[in-house]
Order: sequence, then structure tokens, then C-alpha cells
Amino acid sequence: MSLIEIQDLHATVDGKEILNGIGLTIEAGEVHAIMGPNGSGKSTLSYVLAGREGYDVTSGQVLFDGTDLLEMDADERARSGLFLAFQYPVEIPGVATMTFLKAAVNAMREHRGESAMDAMQFLKFVRDKANALNINDDMLRRALNVGFSGGEKKRNEVLQMAVLEPKFAVLDETDSGLDIDALKIVADGVNNLRSSERGMLVITHYQRLLDYIVPDYVHILAGGKIIQSGDKSLALELEEKGYASFVGAEAA
Amino acid sequence: MAQPVPFVGNFDAALPGAGTEWLDRLRDGARQAYRKTGLPTPRTEAWKYTNLRRLARAGFVAADADKVPDVVTIPEGIADLTDAYVVAFVNGRFAPSLSLLDALPSGVAVSSLAAILREDPASVEGRFGDTTGLPLATLNTGLMADGLYLKLEDGAALDKPLHLVSIGRADDDALSFHPRHLIVAGAGSVATIVESHVGSGAYFSNSVSDVIVGEGAVLNHYKLQNEGPEAFHLAANLVQLADRAVYDGFVLQTGAKLARNEVRSLLGAHVECRLNGAYLGRGEQHIDNTTFIDHAAPNSSSREVYKGVLDGSSRGVFQGKILVRKDSHKTDGHQLNKTLLLSRGTEIDTKPELEIYADDVKCSHGATTGELDEEPLFYLRARGIDPETARGMLVAAFIGEALDEIQAEAPRASFLAVVDGWLERRREGQGTGS
Repeated sequence: MSLIEIQDLHATVDGKEILNGIGLTIEAGEVHAIMGPNGSGKSTLSYVLAGREGYDVTSGQVLFDGTDLLEMDADERARSGLFLAFQYPVEIPGVATMTFLKAAVNAMREHRGESAMDAMQFLKFVRDKANALNINDDMLRRALNVGFSGGEKKRNEVLQMAVLEPKFAVLDETDSGLDIDALKIVADGVNNLRSSERGMLVITHYQRLLDYIVPDYVHILAGGKIIQSGDKSLALELEEKGYASFVGAEAA
Repeated sequence: MAQPVPFVGNFDAALPGAGTEWLDRLRDGARQAYRKTGLPTPRTEAWKYTNLRRLARAGFVAADADKVPDVVTIPEGIADLTDAYVVAFVNGRFAPSLSLLDALPSGVAVSSLAAILREDPASVEGRFGDTTGLPLATLNTGLMADGLYLKLEDGAALDKPLHLVSIGRADDDALSFHPRHLIVAGAGSVATIVESHVGSGAYFSNSVSDVIVGEGAVLNHYKLQNEGPEAFHLAANLVQLADRAVYDGFVLQTGAKLARNEVRSLLGAHVECRLNGAYLGRGEQHIDNTTFIDHAAPNSSSREVYKGVLDGSSRGVFQGKILVRKDSHKTDGHQLNKTLLLSRGTEIDTKPELEIYADDVKCSHGATTGELDEEPLFYLRARGIDPETARGMLVAAFIGEALDEIQAEAPRASFLAVVDGWLERRREGQGTGS
């Protein structure tokens, strides 16, 4: 059984078809990258997988660990082990980052039939992972993402992934808005989470991220479907030739 | 239609201090003024959104001084302050057996207003504020019999909060009472006052506080209105701030069938005045916060943040007026009102009013009303948090931001606990489908 199987997925937003028959299978232990120009449907795919309202699946299905992902609400999907690292993490005033992390972790633990962690256990659990991502206690005390820089927000996403330990993670343009130092920290964080048990889907516009998070497979998305797949060399080829040559070839 | 003029039947009662000439004159004048206006109706601009028809019809009888119910313990619902002096009132009358006033620091005097009016009325002459334009406060002046009298000498400091606990208790008849609290903080004095208003049965608490803060004094004044579900709570808080005074006021309203808390604040020069608040409404509750900040002198700042959450078919009112007089240069005024509507049947009427006659001032105001945003909700759910918990977190965060305005730590924590309890009951209510 594959970790995730996306079969002929069609989806609309405000009545407009954005995903136009996506098929993709990811096994545990694999990292896939999806590259595509603006408007190709990259973010729509990530939101459809995460279960955001307003994204209507019109046909196709997604099996996650053999179960129908699309039947589940967003929070159920997360508790079942799906994680979306947001392109634009949301600022939530009045909710401390630590409080939020604790609520999320304990929701997962409850789902798995484990008892909630106490405050001290939890602090230690988070601190170790936070230190590795250069996140200090001050950041953990602050309101979630409020006043965080672009890099801080992305590091915070990776921290959430680290504490929630998902089976399958979708990283939606995790490189956007990052300078090279921040990108390295984020990529290191992601690489530390690669394991034979876990699958990842890295969505990006630029090849640059894939120098740091090296994928097993690369897919090119255009017009709401995957038009070509290959290994990591496809990303380099794309970088060299540009999207136009691939998209144009498809159209011709 | 004539204005309803209830309560005039209570004017015959013998009141403490009767026979003192200035006091008789004050009460008589107020009674005459009230007879003329009666209860305000929605035709009066200031009462456009809060209709007292139900109050006029309820047939309240005066809570007798000699028939105060025997309350042996302070009921639940008050702010949980472990380390505080307590001054308790039952139906507006001082209740010594429920009070805890041992070992007050030197320079601090606490007594019942009834005792002062009887024994030493001269000491409070001229202290009662002008209630023109406030018909209910005027009625209070006409009927005032008891309340808190707190006097801080110049430079005195209250070492822990004074907790004013007002208990309303109506077992048979619907009862009305009109407590009058007088707080005089001398120059350079420091104090924290917390009020908790609770009760059971159908009663009407019509309270007025005169708060006179001397030069450079610092007064924290926090009020929890958590009256019983059948209660009417109308209150006026008349605040006078001398030069360089600092006043940190907060009002958390969550109780009563119908409530209005009105604050009038008169600012001297170099004053820091903070009038903040929160309101939590459910069921059929009607909760009104009305404030008036009078920048009567230059170089003062005022800050006003009111946030509310309305559920069920409850209704909220916020009216905030800021007046900056002609010579009040360098005034810094900030006002914000935000309301979160959790169900379709709710309503909020918000009316900011800025009247500025000075040139060199900085004033801002804003008001927002709405439902919870989808985006943060989705973000929390995408991390495995179920929708009810996620909504609860966002509502708590919303109100928590208002409570953060409270400068004193223990009162802030106790008010936060009240908010948490309200949210908890709300979740449970939904769980059982009611």
C-alpha cells in the first residue's frame, strides 16, 4: 500500500477548474517535488490535500494510507498524519506559539490514544527541536507568527512539522521569501525529518530549494496537471530551459 | 406618552443623615430633577440603544434597610482574589459579617457611607459628583443610603486590593437598591479596587461611584459585573482625575438581564487615563458600555479598548465619547471597540464620538464587528485541533487581548478565569445541544 495515491484529481475554486486530472503516487521514504509556474495549480493542490473549504473536488480520489482522504475534515486529516507547511503562515494574535503547539500535539496524542504531556515534558520536547531550528524561548512565548519575519514564520512551520511528526508532509513554497541563510536552516530542518517512514511533497517555483532538499522525483505541473516527471535532473533541466519550453511542448 | 417615573414612591423613606442641611438639599434637588425627567426613553440620544421599558414595568419595591436578607457566605461568581481586603454589601447595605477589613494600613479608612452620613456628614460634603444628564444617577442621589466610603490620605498606599463585593438577593418581591460609593484617593496615594457584582433573583442595582483621584495618585479600578440572570444593573462611575493622576479602569460585564455601565471621566493635566473593558453576552442579555472622557486640560492621554463577544440573541451597546476642550493641547486619545458575533441573532450598536476643539492633538478611534475569520480557524484545524477547540482558542485570544490591558496581575488573572469559565460553559452548552 502506497503512502498517498492521488488519482485523476479534478478540483474547482469559485467554479473555475484549477486541477485538471492529477495523478501521483508517493511511497513512504520518498521526497517528491512539484514545480510549476504561477497559476499552474500548485497551491490549490496543497489546499485540496489539506482540506481547506472553498476548494471543491469534482472528481478523482486521494487515498492516504489506504483510506479516503477527501472524506475527512481538515483536522481529521492532520490527526491522521497529514501536514501542510503553509506558504503564508497565518498570524494569530493572542495565542502564544507554545500554547498552540501544545494544543496541536495533545490533539495528536489523544487521537493516538496517548495521554497529554505535562507542561515540563512538553517544554523539553519542544525546546530541543526549537534549538535545532534557531528558535529561542522568546519566539515560543510570542503570539503565533505575529511580528515574525518571513524566515521566522517558515522556521516555525518546520518546527510544527517536527513536533507533530506527520506521515506525509506537503511543503508549499517553503522557500518563498527566504534569504540563503534562512533557506539553509529551513532545509536542514526538513532534511532532518526525512525518514523511511515519512513521505514529502515539496512544492516550489524555483529549482534553488531542491539544491538543499534533494528530491527523489520531480514533477512539472502546468494547467492543473502533471505534464512531465523525472528524477532530480529534471529540475536542473527546467532551470536551464525555463518553463516555457516544457509548457509549450505540451501545448503543441 | 409621558415618561415613566417609577421609584418616586421610595422618596418618603427616612435616610441616613436626614436633617443635615446640605444633604437634604442635595437629595431634594435630585428628586425634583428626577421627577421631571423620569426614566430615559430611546427618544433620548444617550439611551437610543438601551430601552428601560422592562425596568419600568418590573414593579420593583425598595429593598428595606431593616429587612436585609441574611447572607452567610459570599456566593460564587465573584473575582477570585485570595489576598484582598473585602467590603461586602447585601442589597446595597454594608454587610460587616461578610467583610474583611482588619489591619488596614495607616492613612486608609474604610467605612459604610451610611455611618459617615449619620456621624460625620461634613467630611463628605461637596464630594458627590454632578449627575446632570444622568437620570438614574440622579435618582441614586435622591435615594442614596449606603455604600462604600474609602478614604486614602495623601501618600497612603493600600498594600493589597480592596474587593468590593455587591450581593443582590431577591427571594419574593423584585427589589431595587441604590448604593453610592465614594472613593477619595489623596495626592500621591496608591490603591487597587476590585468590584464584583453578583446575586440571585429579580433585583435592580442602581449604583453610582464617585471616584476622586488626587494629584499624582495611582488608582487601579476593576469591575466585574456578573449579576444574576434576572437582574438589572445600571451603574455610573464618575471619575475626577487631578493633575498627573494615573487611573487604570477596566469593566468586565457578563451578567444581568440588562446592564449598563457608564463611566464619566474628567481629566486634569498630564493625566494617564485608561478606560478599558470587555463584555460577554449570551441568551437574551443586553449589555451596554457608555463612556465619556473629558480632556479638560492639556498633556493628558486616554486609552480605551473595549472588546466583546456576543452569542445567542444577546445585544451589545458601546458608546464612547471623547471631548477635547479648546486649550487641551497635546492630548493623546485612543479608542477601539471590537465585537465578535458568534451567532446570527446577535446585535451590536457601536457609536464612537469625538469632539475636538484643540489643534495640537492626536486622537484615533476604530470599531470592528464580525465573525471569526476562516483563515486562522483553518490554520488551527490543519494542525489537528478540532473546530470547537479552535474556535474557543480564537475567542479566548480575542477577549484576552482586552484583558491584557489590566495592569495589576492578580485582578487580571481573576478576570481571565471568569472569561475562561464563560467559554467553558459555552462549549458545554453546545455539547448538550442547548
